Amino acid sequence: MGLQAYLILSAVIFSIGLFGVMTRRNTVGILLGIELMLNAVNINLVAFARFNADVAGMVLTVFAICITVAEVSLGLALVILLFRTRRTALADHIDWLKG
Amino acid sequence: MTHLPILSIITWAPFVAALVIMAFGSTRPLLVRYAAAAGATISSIGAVWLAFAYDQGRAGYQFGEQLALVPSLGISYELAVDGISVVLVLLTAIIIFAGVFASWTVKTRSHEFYALLLLLVTGVFGVFVSLDLFVFFLFYEIAVLPMYLLIGIWGSSGEVPPKGVFGWAYRRTGVGTKEYAAMKLTLYLLFGSAFILVGILALYVAAGSTSFSFLALQNVKFAPGLQSWVFLAFYVGFGILAAIFPFHTWSPDGHASAPTAVSMLHAGVLMKLGAYGVVRLGMGLLPEGTHEWMWLVGGIACINIVWGALCAMSQTDLKYVVAYSSVSHMGVVMLGAATLTESGLNGAVFQMFAHGVMTGLFFALVGLVYEKAHSRDIFKMGGFATMMPGIAAAFTVGGLSSLGLPATSGFVAEFLTFLGAWASAHPWWLYPAVAGAFVTSLYVLRVVRAIFWGPKSTDPHFQNLPDAQGTEWVALVLLVFVIVLYGVVPSLAVNPIDTATVPLLVRLGVL
Amino acid sequence: MSAAPDLLVLTALLLPAGAFLLLAVVTPLRRSGRLGALVSVAAMLASFAAAVMAWRAFGAAEEPITRLWTWLPQQQSALASVGVLADEQSTVMLLLVTLVALLVQVYSLGYLADEPAPALGRYYMYQSLFAFSMMGLVLAPNFLQLFVCWELVGVCSYLLIGFWYRKASAARAAVKAFWTTKLGDVGLLIGIVLLWRLTGTFDFAELKTLATAGTIPVAGLGVITFCVYLGAAGKSAQFPLHIWLPDAMEGPTPVSALIHAATMVTAGVYLLTRTAFLFALTPDVLHIVAWVGAFTALMAAVLACVQSDIKRVLAYSTVSQLGYMMTAIGAGFASAGFLHLLTHGIFKALLFLGAGAVIHAVGTNDITRMGGLAKRMPQTAIVFIIGTLSLAGIPLFAGFASKEEVLGAVWAGGLTVPFFMLLTGAFLTAFYMLRVVILAFYGSDRPPAPVEHDAHGHGPAHDAPAVMTLPLWVLALAAMAIGIYFTLHHVEPEFVSPAWLTPVAVSVATAGILLAWLTYQRRTINEEQLASMFGPIRRAALAGFWVDDAFLFVYRLGVLAFSKVIGWTDRYLVDGVVNAVSAWTVMAGGGLRRVQTGRVQDYVVGVAVGVILLLWWLGGAQ
Repeated sequence: MGLQAYLILSAVIFSIGLFGVMTRRNTVGILLGIELMLNAVNINLVAFARFNADVAGMVLTVFAICITVAEVSLGLALVILLFRTRRTALADHIDWLKG
Repeated sequence: MTHLPILSIITWAPFVAALVIMAFGSTRPLLVRYAAAAGATISSIGAVWLAFAYDQGRAGYQFGEQLALVPSLGISYELAVDGISVVLVLLTAIIIFAGVFASWTVKTRSHEFYALLLLLVTGVFGVFVSLDLFVFFLFYEIAVLPMYLLIGIWGSSGEVPPKGVFGWAYRRTGVGTKEYAAMKLTLYLLFGSAFILVGILALYVAAGSTSFSFLALQNVKFAPGLQSWVFLAFYVGFGILAAIFPFHTWSPDGHASAPTAVSMLHAGVLMKLGAYGVVRLGMGLLPEGTHEWMWLVGGIACINIVWGALCAMSQTDLKYVVAYSSVSHMGVVMLGAATLTESGLNGAVFQMFAHGVMTGLFFALVGLVYEKAHSRDIFKMGGFATMMPGIAAAFTVGGLSSLGLPATSGFVAEFLTFLGAWASAHPWWLYPAVAGAFVTSLYVLRVVRAIFWGPKSTDPHFQNLPDAQGTEWVALVLLVFVIVLYGVVPSLAVNPIDTATVPLLVRLGVL
Repeated sequence: MSAAPDLLVLTALLLPAGAFLLLAVVTPLRRSGRLGALVSVAAMLASFAAAVMAWRAFGAAEEPITRLWTWLPQQQSALASVGVLADEQSTVMLLLVTLVALLVQVYSLGYLADEPAPALGRYYMYQSLFAFSMMGLVLAPNFLQLFVCWELVGVCSYLLIGFWYRKASAARAAVKAFWTTKLGDVGLLIGIVLLWRLTGTFDFAELKTLATAGTIPVAGLGVITFCVYLGAAGKSAQFPLHIWLPDAMEGPTPVSALIHAATMVTAGVYLLTRTAFLFALTPDVLHIVAWVGAFTALMAAVLACVQSDIKRVLAYSTVSQLGYMMTAIGAGFASAGFLHLLTHGIFKALLFLGAGAVIHAVGTNDITRMGGLAKRMPQTAIVFIIGTLSLAGIPLFAGFASKEEVLGAVWAGGLTVPFFMLLTGAFLTAFYMLRVVILAFYGSDRPPAPVEHDAHGHGPAHDAPAVMTLPLWVLALAAMAIGIYFTLHHVEPEFVSPAWLTPVAVSVATAGILLAWLTYQRRTINEEQLASMFGPIRRAALAGFWVDDAFLFVYRLGVLAFSKVIGWTDRYLVDGVVNAVSAWTVMAGGGLRRVQTGRVQDYVVGVAVGVILLLWWLGGAQ
C-alpha cells in the first residue's frame, strides 16, 4: 500500500475531473472538473513528498494551490461576464471562434 | 568598377520611378505618367546603347558588376550580359516603353498601376542580367508577384458558361472572372518557381554550398543522376512560365483578363523568362541532363505549336486568339532550343525577340480595339478598316509577322528553327512546326478579315469608331518599325545571339 | 554604255523599293493620290530602262554575274546571302516584268481615276512593293531570297486582290488566294530546308555545280524536288491548287493583268526553269509535273468554255496556259516552257487590259450582256483580237511559235497522252476565246446590248482614254513583233519536231475558231444543242468540278471542326484538371474546417487523446 494508494486515488480523482471537463455542459461544471484535476495533482505531489522525503513536492503543492486560486477566480469571472453578455453558461453555445 | 554601372541603371530606373510615383503621384496623374515614361526611357536608352556597345568580337559576359551581399553563403549582387541577354534586355525595354504609352488612359488608381508595372519590369530586367542564382530567383519572384494585383484589379472579365465533365469545378472556382485569372496565373507560376528553387538549391549544395554564382557553377561537373532530375525540375518550373503543354492553361485566361500593358509585358517578355531559364540554367549548367531530356523538350514543343494554333483557331474572343497564338509561338522557341543546333538555338532566341515584339503589338492593338469598340467578339465586329485604317494596317503587319512572312522578324525566327529542326537528332520535328505555321496563317488572316475587312458593320455599337490617337500611335509605330527592321536586317540581332549560342553549344558538346 | 549588268539589275530592283518606302512612310505623299502614283510610275519607267540596258549589256551570252550581301550570319561564314544574279534567264524575265508592270501602272492611272486619292496612293504603294518583290524573285541568287520574295509577292497579291476591301467577296478572295498558295509554299519551304541539309547550300550556282558534278545524293532528292514543285504548283495554279485564281479576279483588272497573268503566277514556272538542273536528276517528279500540267491545261480549258464573266474566262485561260508551260517542263525541255511564259505574259496582259477597257466602258463583266462593241470601241476590239489570235496560236502572232515549241517538246519527251490533252486544249482555247470575242464585240444580229452607255453615264460606250489605250497598243505591237519574228525566223529548238506538228496544231486552232464562229456569229449551230451535247460535263464544269467544294469540306471538317474539338479539350479537360484540383482543394478545406468547432470541450478531448497517444508511444519506445 502506501504510495500506490495515494497515486491510485489521485489518478481516479484526475480521471473524474477530466471526464467532467470533457462532458459537462455547464461551464461552472467544467471549472469544477478543472478543480478536481488540479487537486488530484496536489495529492500526487504531497504523496511523493511524503514517501520520497523530498520537500520540493510540498513547495510545488503550495505553488499549485496559489495558481489554482487565481485561475478559479479568473474562470468564474469569465463565466459571469459571458452570462451577462450572451445570456448563456453552456459550453456548447460558446463557439464563435469556429473555423 | 571601371565603367558606368549601366546594367544597374537599366534594372533600377523603373524601380526608382515607381518609388517616385508612390510617394508623390496619388493625386497627380500627369506626374505619374511622366515619371513612368522617364523611367522607361532611361532603361530604353540604356538598353539600346548596350546593344550597340556590346563587343561582338570579344563575346562572353560583358559590363559585369559585382557586390557581395552575403559572403558566407556565397550570395552576391552579380550582373552581366552576353549576346542572348543583350537582345532580351532590348526587347524588354522596347515593350515597357510601348506599354507605358499604351496605358496612358488608365483611369482608376493609375499611380498604383504604374508603380506595380514598373516594379514588374525591374524584376524582368533583373532576371535577364543577373549572374547570381539567388538574386536571379529574387528578381524572378519580383517579376511574378505584381501580376496578381495588376490583373485582379485592372483586368477585364469574360463570361464562360460551365460545361463539360468538370463543370462543377468551374462553377465552384468562378472561371472567367479576372480574379480567377489572376489567382490561377499567380498560383501556377509560384508552383513552378517552387521547382526552380529546389533545383537551384540542389545545385548549390552539390557544388559545395560555397557560391550561387552562375560562372562558378558552370565549372562544376554535377553527377548525371543529379543533373537528370534537376534539369527536369528546371524544365517543369521554367516551362510553366513558358507555357509548355500541358501546363499552359494559366496563359489564355491570364492574358485575356489582363489590362493591355500587362498582357504586352507578360506575353511579350515574361514568357520568355521561362524559355531563358531553360536555356541559361538548364542547358547552361547541366549538359548531361540536357542531352537526356531534349527529346521531351522538343516533343512537347511540337505539341505546343500545333495545339496552340488549333486552339487559337477555335476561339471567338479576340484576346484568347492572341493568347493561344503566344502559346503556339513559345513552342517554336522551345523547339529551337531543343534542336541543339546553331541555327535552331539562334532561331529560338530570335523568336523570343521577334515574338515578344509581335505579341506586344497585338495586345496593344487588341487593347485599342477593345477600348474603342468595347467588344472582344470577333464575329460581331466587321469592316473596321474603314473607320480605323491605322490600326488595321498595324494589325495586318503584326499578323503577317505571326504567320512568318518574310521581311518580318517572325520569318527569320521560324526559318532558323526549321533549319535547326531538320538538322537535329529528331528531324520529324520539322513537320509539326511547319504545319503549325500553316494553321497560324489560317486563323490570323481569318481574324483580320473578320474584324477589319468587309463591309462596314451595321451594328449600332460599332459606328464612328475613332482610329488611334496621340500617344496611342507610339506603341504601334515603334513596334511595327522594329518588326520590319529586324525582318529586313536580321543580322542586327543574329550576330550578338550567335556569339552566345556557339559557346553554349560547344559546352554541350554538339558543335 | 557598258555598265556592269549586275549594277543595272540592282538599280532596276531598288527603284520600285524606293518608291514603296516613300509612299509607305511619307503619308501626305500617299494621301495625295496622283502625285504618289506618278512617283511610282516614274520609278517603274526608270526601272524598265535599267532592265533594257541590263539585257543589252548581257546580250553577249557571258557567264552569270552575282552580287551578294550577308543576310543571316552563322559562325563566321554567312548562312544566307541576298543579292542579284544576272544571267540570260533573269535578264529576259526582268524585261518582261518591268515592261508589264510599267504598262499596268500607266494603265491604272486611267482605270482607277475614280478612286479616292488615299486609295489610289495605297494602290501604287502596293504596286511598287509588288514590282520590287517580283524582281527580287527573278534576280534571286539562292533559294532563300527566292522564298522571301515568293512570299512577299503572295502578300502583295493578297493586298491587291483585297484592294476594294469593303467588298466582302474581295476580302474572301484575297484570303483564299493567300491560303491556297501558302499550302503550296509549305511544300517549298520543306523542300528548301531538306535541300540545305542535303547539300549545305541555298545558292543556285553552287547547286548547279554540285548537280553537274554528280555529287548530290539522289536518294531523297525526289522528295525535295516534289516539295519544290508543290510550291510552284500553288503559285502557278496547277490542279488542285488552281481554285484561287478565278476568285482573284475580284481585284482591279490591271492587277489581274500584272499579277495573275504575266508575273506572279509565272513564278512557279520560273522556279522550275531556274532549278531544271535539279529536276533533271529526278525524272519521276518531272513525270508528275507533266501529267498534272496537261490535266490542268485541259480541265481549265473546259472550265473556260462555260464562263460568262469575261475575267473568269481569262483566268481559266491563264490556268490552262500555265499547264502548258508545266507540261513542257515536265517533258524535260524547260526552255520551251520559258518561251511560252514570255509570250503568254505579253498577250495575256494585253487581253486582260483589253477586258479592263471593256469593263471600264460598259460597267459589267458579263459577256452575255455585251454585244456589238466592235463598232463603238474599234481600237479595243483590234488589240483584243490580236491577243486572242496570239493565244489561239495562229501563225504571225506571238503565241504561235511558243505553243509549237511546247507541243513539240511534249511530243519529243515521249508523253503521248499529255500531248493529245494539250492538243484538245488548243482546240478549246481557240473556241472559248473566239466565243468571248464574238459575244462581246460582234453578235450583230442580237438585240443591242442592254448596257448602252458606259459606266460613267457619259453616253455610248467608247474607246478608253489614251492613258489606257497606249499600253494596249504597246502590248499589241509587241505581240505582233514577237509573232512575226518567230514565225519568219525559226529558232532551232533542242529537240526535233515531227513535220506534221505545225499543220496539225494550226488546223486544230482554226477548227476551234470555226466552231465558235459558226455557233455564235452565224448561228448555224445552235448554242443550246451544243451545250446539251456535253450536258454532264457542262454541269460539272459550272460547278468547277467540285474542287472548291472539296476544299471547303476539308476546311470546315478537318480544320474548323477539329480545332473546335481541340479548343474544347483544352478548356474543359486540360484546364479542367487544374480547376478540378483547385475545386477539390477548396472542398477539402471546407471539410477539414469542420474540425474547428469553436467549442472548448472538443479541443480538450483532442488534447487528451493526443497526450494519451504520446504517452503510449513514449512508453512503447522504452
